[in-house]
Formats: sequence, C-alpha cells, structure tokens
Amino acid sequence: MTSEELKAETSEGLQELQERDETGPVALAIEEGSQFRLPEGPVLNPGDIDVEFGEDETMIINMGPQHPSTHGVLRIMMELEGETVLRSKPIIGYLHTGMEKTGEELTYVQGATNVTRMDYLSPLHNELVFSLAAEALLGIEIPPRSTWIRMLMTELNRISSHVMWMATNGMDLASTSMMIYGFRDREMILSFFEKTTGLRMNHDYIRPGGVAADLPDGWEDDVMSIVETIPGRVDEYDELLTGQPIFKRRTEGVGIISPELATAMSATGPILRASGVAWDLRRAMPYLAYDEVDFDVIVGSVGDTFDRYAVRMNEIRESCKIVRQCVEKMPLGDYRAQDKKVTPPPRARIDESMEALIHHFKIFTRGFEVPPGEVYTAIESPRGELGCYLVADGSNKPYRMHIRGPSFVNLQSLPPLLRGGLIADAIAVISSVDPVMGEVDR
Amino acid sequence: MGLEDLSHNFLTGSLEELVKWARRSSVWPATFGLACCAIEMMAAGAADFDLARFGMEVFRGSPRQADLMVVAGRVSQKMAPVLRQVYDQMVEPKWVISMGVCASTGGMFNNYAIVQGVDQVVPVDVYAPGCPPNPQTLIHAILTLHEKIRLGELTRRSPGETGAGIDLAAEPARPGWVAPPSGVRLGTPR
Amino acid sequence: MTAAATSAAELAGLPESPTVGAGGQEVIHVTRERYLEVTGALRDAGFEMCADLCAVDYLRHPDRPLPEAVTPERFEIVVNLLSLERRQRVRLRVQVPASDPVVPTLFNLYPGTENMEREAFDLFGVCFEGHPDHTRILMPDDWEGHPLRKDYSVGRVPVQFKQAPGPR
Repeated sequence: MTSEELKAETSEGLQELQERDETGPVALAIEEGSQFRLPEGPVLNPGDIDVEFGEDETMIINMGPQHPSTHGVLRIMMELEGETVLRSKPIIGYLHTGMEKTGEELTYVQGATNVTRMDYLSPLHNELVFSLAAEALLGIEIPPRSTWIRMLMTELNRISSHVMWMATNGMDLASTSMMIYGFRDREMILSFFEKTTGLRMNHDYIRPGGVAADLPDGWEDDVMSIVETIPGRVDEYDELLTGQPIFKRRTEGVGIISPELATAMSATGPILRASGVAWDLRRAMPYLAYDEVDFDVIVGSVGDTFDRYAVRMNEIRESCKIVRQCVEKMPLGDYRAQDKKVTPPPRARIDESMEALIHHFKIFTRGFEVPPGEVYTAIESPRGELGCYLVADGSNKPYRMHIRGPSFVNLQSLPPLLRGGLIADAIAVISSVDPVMGEVDR
Repeated sequence: MGLEDLSHNFLTGSLEELVKWARRSSVWPATFGLACCAIEMMAAGAADFDLARFGMEVFRGSPRQADLMVVAGRVSQKMAPVLRQVYDQMVEPKWVISMGVCASTGGMFNNYAIVQGVDQVVPVDVYAPGCPPNPQTLIHAILTLHEKIRLGELTRRSPGETGAGIDLAAEPARPGWVAPPSGVRLGTPR
Repeated sequence: MTAAATSAAELAGLPESPTVGAGGQEVIHVTRERYLEVTGALRDAGFEMCADLCAVDYLRHPDRPLPEAVTPERFEIVVNLLSLERRQRVRLRVQVPASDPVVPTLFNLYPGTENMEREAFDLFGVCFEGHPDHTRILMPDDWEGHPLRKDYSVGRVPVQFKQAPGPR
C-alpha cells in the first residue's frame, strides 16, 4: 500500500500513517501502547469510570507491593483480558529511602556506607562506582594491588548475586530446591566476605583511596575452594533447570525483546546482552584491570526469558575464570593509596606519630575535601550499567550524588515484555528482569 | 469470651501449656521482606541456618494464614499504609518481629522518607538489631519470641500493656505520615 | 575513549556549542531552546542510548565552574548519552531557571527517559513538556514539596546525643 492509501481520516483530522514496514520497533511499541497510564494512588471505583463495558471487558488488577513473587516491593497494575496481560504499569517508590539526599549529608568517607545499601545484592559494586567517581574528581592514583583486590571482590559479588538470582528465579518458577541450593553456594562466598570485610552484606569495604583492609592470610585457599566448587554446582543446576521440559516451556519464547527496543528503552546488562547486543562495560570501556584479564562476553540470540537465564548462568562461569586469574596475578603492594589526606594511617602508627593521629582524627570526623567538578562514572553491575554522577563543590561532602540504578531503567522495558503473555509468564518475566528495589527507589 | 474469664486451675493449666507449646512450635511467618534484611531472612530460612527446625519454614504468602510478620527492611512513607493493612489482615494471635535497625528505629536513614521505627505503625514484640542482622541474630529474636509466648498468657494484649512508648494521639502529623485507624491503641507512654 | 576518537560535537556537527572536558569526559552545554535539536543531532550521529538523565539544584553552589558563554541558573538537567558502536559517552548540561522550570521532554527521542524524567520532576520540580505520564514516581502521590531541592530539609528527627540540625 502506498502512503497515499494509508492516509486515514481520524477524529483529529488527516493523519499520515507510516508504512508498516518502515515503522521501527520503538515507534510500534509506543503506538501499540503497552504502557498503562492510569493514576497510581487511590483505588478506582468502577462506578467512576465513564466507559461502556462491552462483551470483552478488561480487568485491572494490582500485583503487589506485598507479594511472594515480586522481587521486593514492586507493584504492577495490569490490564487483563481473561488471563492475558494487555497493558501494565510498574509502580515503584515503596522503598524510597532518600539515599541521594542522605548522600549530601555524609562525608566522602561515610558515603560508601550509604551507597552500599542501594543494590543490596551486589553492595561492593555500588561502593566501587562511588569510589571511582570520587577518585576521578580527586585525581589520585590507586595502587595496583588495590585495583586487583577490588576486581576480585566485585567478581565474587557478581557470582553471589547471580547465584542468588538463580535461587529466586528457580523458586518463582516452582523449583524450591533451587532456592536451597543457591543459598548454600551463596553462604560460601558470604563467609569469605565476612572474613575479609567483617560483614556478610553491606560491607563498607571499597572506599575512595583503596580498600578498607588487606586480604586475610590464606585467602588464596578460600577463594580457590570457592571457584573450584561453584562451576561444578552450576553444571548441576544446568541439568536441574535447563534440561527440564517444564522450565523450558515456561521460559522459551516468553518475554521477547528486540535489540532496538532494548537500546531505546536504555536497558543494559543481561537484558541487552540476551537480545543480541554484545555490550559489556568490562569489555567495551574497561575500568579497573579488566583489559588484563581474559573472559568472554555472553550474548543471547532470541532475547527471551530463557536467554536471560542462560546469559546469567554462563556469566557465573566467566566470573569464576576472572577470579582464578585474579588469584594468579594478584600483585603485592599497598592496598590503599598512600595519600595522607585521603586514606587513614595504619593503626599502629597512631601510637608513634602525632601527625598520624591528627590525620586519622581529621579523616574520620571531617573527611577530605574534593576539588569542585562533576563526573559520571559507570561500571558493569550484575544488573547492568551502574553509574554515579557526582558533583563536588570543594567541601567534604558531595554536593549532588546521583546513582544511575540499572534496575530503575530496566523496569521501563517491563510493559513491552509483559504484553500478550499470561500472568504466569509475568512472574517469569519479572524474575528474569531481576529488579532490586533498593536501587530502583534509592 | 470464654477463655479470658477463666482463672487457671490444674485442669486448665496444663491445657494452657499445651496450647502455648503448639503456638510457639509452628509460628508461620508472612512474607514481608522489604530490603537487605529480607535477604538475610531468606538465608535464615535456607539450609545453612535452618528455620524449619523451629517449624517456620513455610513463609505464607497470604497474611490471613500467617502468625508472625517479620518486618525485614526499611519502611518508607509510601509503604507504611500497606504495612498496616497487611498487619490488620492477619488473624489473632499474631506477633511482629522488627528485624534490623531500619525497622526498629529508622536506622541510619534519619530523613523524610523513612518511618522512624515500625512501632509507629504496628505493635512490635521483639526487636532484632543489626544492619543487616546475622541469620543467627534473627534466630535469637525468634527464640526470644518463643520464650515470650511460653511465659505469656493465653489471652493477648491487655489494655494496660505498654507498646512503643509513643502516644500517637499527641504526635503532630508530619507530611505524608499516615495515622493508623482510630480505635487502635499502640501503647501508652510510661 | 582514545585521543583519536572524534568528539561527539564534531560528529553531530555542532562546532559552535561550548564543550568542556571534565575529568576527560566531553560535556556539551546547551540552551533550553536548542536542547531537543542538539539531542536529536547526537542521536542521529550514533548516540542511540540515553544512559542517564538527572537534575541538580545549584542553589547553594551558584558559582560553579562554567564556560563564559553559559549563564548559570538554579537547576541543571544533565543527560548522559552513550554510543554503543563508538564506545563513547557525551554529557549534555541544560540550565533551567527557577522561575520557569520547564524543559522539553526527551521521551520521543529516547523512550528510556520516561522514568528518569518522572524522577527529576518528583524530586526537583522540573517539568517536562510533552511527557506522557507527568506524575510522581518515588514519593506518595499527595506529597507536597520536592525533597531533593536544597531548601527542603532532610527531615531528621532529634535523637539522643544528636539534636536535629536546621536545613542546610
């Protein structure tokens, strides 16, 4: 059909319609209308809606915010026709903590304690992006051992986050044993974290200037025992889930997203990679020492739920590879920058030197000042591109600290993914998008 | 009703013990995991720190079937009415454990967005500190609750019992703060 | 980003807009009137993903370093664009006055800015003209005020040993 024939007269006058072949997926998604635009607050009284109900009336239901299947306090308003989801709207804000405002009240030394609680499944990544941004503004050099320790810890955190995702994903798709297995593996990594950082979760370990403490004695054995057990266990889970016909029927072909739509919706991480775009910040724009380690970027082909599951599972194996290389290549040296204004002195020096005592006191009470400027730093967290936009005004506290949470942006691609599927598919899709509400709401 | 007026003698005394034993041996929690503490709560339910040995491995999705609400995580202003609604839907006898410092007092987030202590919205039985509390701390809190059930009376809250120590009627309304429904006593100041 | 990579401004054909490298990153300052045009040109030049859109309230830091040609206002909208093919980032900064805090929306160019613009409206009060769903996203719907503005206090309650300070 020519564009002349496609010109249709609408209630708003003549409107020129594009050829269907020329309409890109983005315009189609906006035209199709998978986003449900209705006020979120008060419950609607059906008597207030001035619509004639026909034979095929649709039902608006609410899923969440308290629901065993949503990952955290996510509320989704869905318009259903029978059991098929037509339009949907994710409603967030149930975990809004004012962390960006709190970040303006805390010094740079304390900032990591605040930022780490955003994405609580991979806290070290949040700390890393904040520290990298602060260090970029400070203009200091980080010693190589500190860089490799950070890489080791964040890759272990990626493994624990993906294993946790496999556990909760398995449970959402009715495999409770996967939940128990996943937490068993996660405990191995968490006990190593407890040994190194002092806490199982929300460690305040990666700070501007380096890391808080050196790796404990015997860490090579602990880490090697982790990377020797986990790939074997991942093969078991592979057998448990991938080969299982029910799991395959529930995930294959469900929630397909095309690469153009994913890019337009600013989706990053496993969602983008599963749809076929080979974008991984560790490979494309390397930070830390990722250009010195050898690993593959896992890319899917179809962009459905099964692909996202396969991408995450194989990323566990790749992270084990990276951790092995970190153990082999770990350089000796300082674990934090020897800049007296930024990093505190070792505790033993405080008894000997007055200057050390004063530096320690000033750093922990007042913090250090960062020269005025602004910077945007981004790293690859297990959920996608985690960015930190930091504005400094020359004082000891950030003027504006904005964290670009990957889950916040990935949730926008939820309505197109849910459209046309059943409610049971909705559970599988939400689980595969892997939102962590801490970084969605901040 | 019947049971409250009964003063216990040796016949009904052992019945009371039996009922309390049954109640504390199978406390079923409702899923109310909000933030980081929820992950530690799940870890407490998993294999390493098994909650099933206390009869608590079934996390009921529906609050109507649950006895215990573990408020695990920070409660924001938007979430407080939902919390109250879920609590109201639970059937007596019900208990609340406030897990973590954010739920107990607001934690490190002393700002506009977080309710400073979940006991401003629901009455709390046991507070578990930590950020996040170890699964062992959570289990200690659960065992404390079991002790409370064992030593407490069969009937639930008596009118003179103090709760958080905040007189809600005197509390000035802050923007966005949702008051619980009228007629609910959440404790009187000491 | 190597030195040999062509700058984003050259790619989009914008020689006259002031660009400042901040920490090795390319920043383009653009006026509100040219905002959509410049963003569209950058998108056609290959920056197909909008990584981040946020707002900053410069009430307490009005004398921040800016190039000569740019008049500072109270609010700034900061947009970070990303080119997957060229592995390049560019940042745009738009000055928004407090008396008229309205900016055109990027939703039609980048649908992924929907949530980000809602958040900027919710927390700062900057309005986005043409946004399909211009409502609060993080705070409750009936909340008054925009929390991340510098004249909105943190809302601390006084606790033992630490009384509540006034707004900064």
